[in-house]
Amino acid sequence: MHFDLTDEQRDIQRLVRDFADQEVRPVAAELDREHRFPYEIVAKLGELGLMGMPYPQEYGGGGTDNLSYAIAIEELARVDSSVAITVAAHTSLGTWPIYAFGSEEQRQRYLPDLCSGRKLWAFGLTEPEGGSDAGNVRTTARLEGGEWVIDGAKQFITNSGTDISGGVTITARTGEGEISNIIVERGTPGYTVEPPYRKMGWNASDTHPLAFDGCRVPEANLLGPRGQGFKQFLQTLDGGRIGVAALGVGLAQGALDEALAYAKERRAFGQPISKFQTIQAKLADLATEIEAARLLTYKAAILKDRKRPFTLTAAQAKLKTGRLAVRAAEEAVQIHGGYGYIEEYPVCRFYRDAKILTIGEGTDEVQQMVIARALGA
Amino acid sequence: MKICVLVKEVPDAAVEKRMDPSTKRLDRSGEKNLNPFDTHAIEAAMQIKEGGAVDVDEIVAVTMGPESAVRALHKAVSLGADRSVHLTDPALAGSDVCATGYALAQVLKAESPDLVLLGQQSDDGECYTVGAVVADHLQMPSLTQVIKIDVQDGKLRCERQAEYGYDTVEVELPAVISVGDAINEPRYPSLKAIMGAKKKPLDTKSAADVGIDPSRVGEQGSRTAVLAINPPPAKEPGEIIEDEDTDETVQKIVSWLEERKLLA
Repeated sequence: MHFDLTDEQRDIQRLVRDFADQEVRPVAAELDREHRFPYEIVAKLGELGLMGMPYPQEYGGGGTDNLSYAIAIEELARVDSSVAITVAAHTSLGTWPIYAFGSEEQRQRYLPDLCSGRKLWAFGLTEPEGGSDAGNVRTTARLEGGEWVIDGAKQFITNSGTDISGGVTITARTGEGEISNIIVERGTPGYTVEPPYRKMGWNASDTHPLAFDGCRVPEANLLGPRGQGFKQFLQTLDGGRIGVAALGVGLAQGALDEALAYAKERRAFGQPISKFQTIQAKLADLATEIEAARLLTYKAAILKDRKRPFTLTAAQAKLKTGRLAVRAAEEAVQIHGGYGYIEEYPVCRFYRDAKILTIGEGTDEVQQMVIARALGA
Repeated sequence: MKICVLVKEVPDAAVEKRMDPSTKRLDRSGEKNLNPFDTHAIEAAMQIKEGGAVDVDEIVAVTMGPESAVRALHKAVSLGADRSVHLTDPALAGSDVCATGYALAQVLKAESPDLVLLGQQSDDGECYTVGAVVADHLQMPSLTQVIKIDVQDGKLRCERQAEYGYDTVEVELPAVISVGDAINEPRYPSLKAIMGAKKKPLDTKSAADVGIDPSRVGEQGSRTAVLAINPPPAKEPGEIIEDEDTDETVQKIVSWLEERKLLA
């Protein structure tokens, strides 16, 4: 076992770190304050090939491994979580099901636009009455004259309502005890993107409720075989957890970076507060926890790259990093004292952005369930 | 037109630099990167190529350094160079500026470029002189600290950073030009370029391959030797002007600046 990144992985890490520092950092606070979607940043990420990293180049993807992708999300989240989740949700949740389960025709139709970032895609799983219990799908789709007629609602759907959102892949009940995934393009009559939520954080990311009212799409919009929707979304979430875990590592690292820099500058009782043992203990603990969480996340990505089972490790990484992100943001605010409670300091935004990481993409309780199941408990 | 860009692998800017007292050289063991000034030179080459005023057949990145320096070449081709040449040989280790300039000039002779570009300084050695040494060996005109290049009638019209303002200089090709970081804003390498960097041609040359006289390179062949290293003197304390009467304070600041000729 060795811990060296490949040359390409290091160059990608450096590229995204530079990009985040130069293109995202100067505008992150403003985008958050104005709840403005980062269109310019997404366009630039697309030009650089960062909106479809782990997909084959023949579909316009970057042809990277999953570890490179996780590293990129980590580097973005180190600076801003809204941008990071926009890329992660688009890549892991929006694009992946089409790539993994789509027909060649569907891949050709959608992937080039998605991998280039010209369009975003969303994944509609959660419903008003079912998040963690995602198998309990209420949205229905029935075949009628060669079309699926969809009725129902989806909740908390990222990237569904931007000017460049191309559509959504939804889970729907297509029969008794049968769940299927169906592609719904934006602008289909009967498909309504409701006004955005007022969220605690992730303010520059795009999240909406969706409504389907007699929405008709061609029968061919079925993704993969009928009745495979449950298996498909579980697999999608497994991969998505690697991205969200990377987001947690990045947020925690960003919080530590800010806290360390502040602690070295801020003076109290005649010396920088970084010289006090109580502050040092916080910084040292965080650095250690972050390194452990990073290794767990990278391991999940490497397992996926090697086509080995990664469900357990991805769930562990997600559980570990979500909690760590919340704690790191809290400690970083604490080290900043009163200034940490003021929006001029990034840790204030980090604190608001962190909490969702113990909830989204499977709550901590769901991860525990997945992990316990794998243990045979 | 053929452009060669000289590049160098240096310790990453984020790494705190440290002199190794035993070798009296910079400790280069940590994370490394392409010299940031060289990224401006590559970008300048790309802008000449894309500018359309002259046909650029190829951009060749050239470096001299140990095996690891190949990473700087990968970065250079991911930023747009078409191919690269790596001069590497144990005999070259410890070369000073003159020896390095001579060795690089030997590689360039084999390439016979119309234009040689390089960053005006390396982020580690900060000698600012390699370009001039190379130009001397090649018997080409040399311009340093260039912040603007325009191609006109097969010649280059350059702006050169001067102490006050800049000089406008016209230079015939072939020429060796070192550029400052004000010349452009280097592009990011695209993901595709990063993934494809290792597929672009890379020639590895030994000292003998390019006809380098072994007695003129390496520690033995260098004409300078580092006798001792010392930490820089502590910074003098600044002058604090107490603001009692603002008009008076402004006057004091202005005269302080004027004394040092810092006001145009």
